[in-house]
Amino acid sequence: MDLYQELILEHSKRPHHAGLREPFDAEVHHINPTCGDEVTLRVDVTGTGPDAVVTDISYEAQGCSISVASSSVLAEEVIGHPVSEALQTFEAMRAMLTSRGTVTGDETVIGDGVAFAGVSKYPARVKCALLGWTAFTDALARAGVDISSTSSPSPQGASS
Amino acid sequence: MGDVLPFTDGELTAIRGDFPILTRTVRDGRPLVYLDSGATSHKPTPVLDAERAFYEQHNAAVHRGAHQLAEEATDDFEAARATVASFIGAPAHEVVFTKNATEALNLVAYAFSNAAPTDEPKDERFVLGPGDEILVTEMEHHANLVPWQELARRTGATLRWVPVDADGALDLSGLDDLLTERTKVFAFTHVSNVLGTVNPVTELAERAHAVGALVVVDACQSVPHLAVDVATLGADFIAFSGHKMYGPMGVGVLWGRAELLEVMPPFLTGGSMIELVTMERSTYAPAPQKFEAGVPNAAQAVGLAAAVRWIEAIGIERIHAHEASLVDRLQRSLAERPWVRVVGPAVGTPRGGAVAFVVDGVHAHDVGQVLDDAGVAVRVGHHCAWPLHRALAAAATTRASFAVHNTPADVDALLAALDRVPAIFGLDTHREAS
Ligand SMILES: Cc1ncc(COP(=O)(O)O)c(C=O)c1O
Repeated sequence: MDLYQELILEHSKRPHHAGLREPFDAEVHHINPTCGDEVTLRVDVTGTGPDAVVTDISYEAQGCSISVASSSVLAEEVIGHPVSEALQTFEAMRAMLTSRGTVTGDETVIGDGVAFAGVSKYPARVKCALLGWTAFTDALARAGVDISSTSSPSPQGASS
Repeated sequence: MGDVLPFTDGELTAIRGDFPILTRTVRDGRPLVYLDSGATSHKPTPVLDAERAFYEQHNAAVHRGAHQLAEEATDDFEAARATVASFIGAPAHEVVFTKNATEALNLVAYAFSNAAPTDEPKDERFVLGPGDEILVTEMEHHANLVPWQELARRTGATLRWVPVDADGALDLSGLDDLLTERTKVFAFTHVSNVLGTVNPVTELAERAHAVGALVVVDACQSVPHLAVDVATLGADFIAFSGHKMYGPMGVGVLWGRAELLEVMPPFLTGGSMIELVTMERSTYAPAPQKFEAGVPNAAQAVGLAAAVRWIEAIGIERIHAHEASLVDRLQRSLAERPWVRVVGPAVGTPRGGAVAFVVDGVHAHDVGQVLDDAGVAVRVGHHCAWPLHRALAAAATTRASFAVHNTPADVDALLAALDRVPAIFGLDTHREAS
């Protein structure tokens, strides 16, 4: 199955930067109501405006391999990077994940995120892969960072 | 039911032949192995034909208009009511058509709150307020939980619940404290959509009635799979969905005792449910019309009646025995795999048509994906029973649920796909699932 790339399985078994750490500017809790996946995520940002940098992302993820691995890749790709760059990475991830298999993703922008290209062929799993990323942008907004350069997050589907 | 004849291969082939969808393939040409009938069942040709024939030959707004088509459509709709009613052992006027079971349960919940603060004469049994209690169970589908939570919120009544024990049965040891003179309504499921547990409805209903509580039974997972006779069941209301019993989507059923339906205030109001309307106020038609506001889902009701006739032609006892043998085959095979933990009653205990399980160390979403890749459709997640999953300490489970068209080969296809899971996710298959 091309969905379960070795990289995804590795990240899901040994998620990078996992655990909740201090200090942080905002903490959010996001859930995927269809399957009950949950992530608690903290961001720590230093600097403001164009100089803002994501100093830390710490998280506790409970869920399927796709959602856990995607939080791990998020932390890997974003910690230590300027906020503006992190938002571009998010946009690139989202564009790939919602492309129904038409966008393969640029490794220079999303790094290990390219391993998730196969997810876009399974619409029911896209939300799993985006869970950590939408939590991250929400946490940035709560930390007072202007995230208006990103289009609004896709609406959460209802569950039963 | 030991003397029920199993289906011959020829019979099973004929049954499968009634489902056009079973001939399609999924995921790169794999035959469809559908094990998600607990979510919604497929529809046999006679049901599709009945719905189409209604539109082609009789289509009209039921109970409105005096032309011939309106008469025929009304006759069809009322005949459908009689067919569905007789299937559950009820008189026709005790059957209300709704959109689905969820609406049927809300209809009853709203009868309680709508009876509350008006100056109308009202039946005490439906009046709820602070100090009164609503009893549910921890194994309920959200459809039989959230409406009661909301009712408690609207009226100030208190919601209480019967917990689930380690075997997935209701823990009735504290029932005397939970079911008291304060309890106005006890709502519980007949068969759990996750655990497959069959609850002792008659016993529970007796105990509820002894304290004067009304009994609402969620029959979504029982009516399609085992004989249900409301005359002996003991419930005051049952709710079920047509789409889980080979019928169309968009039609469900509330059965209620005539005497109760008569005194209950309506839920939705508008056309077709009235007796007399003036600018100031209205009076209502007798039940069941009182609960069927607006042009009803006649084509779907007709389709549901066709589904009932189709079930009756096969025999609900034979359907039950067939599904029970598949459940047993699956449960026994899963028991041979120490890395799988089945939730719910042990092998051999009577069960509904569902088997849910956990693969230790692999999330249900991932298990389901591997099965899907082999063309095996199951449901993964909390199956609209989130509190139950919390009680089971499982974030999510994988559920196979059966219908009459399933075969032993379907069970084997699931097992073959499941056996790929350990290799894909690097599981140690000798370790016991926790
Ligand atoms: C036990 C149970 N109750 C209630 C429901 C709700 O049925 P519906 O969504 O058709 O209203 C379901 C099915 O989803 C169910 O399995």
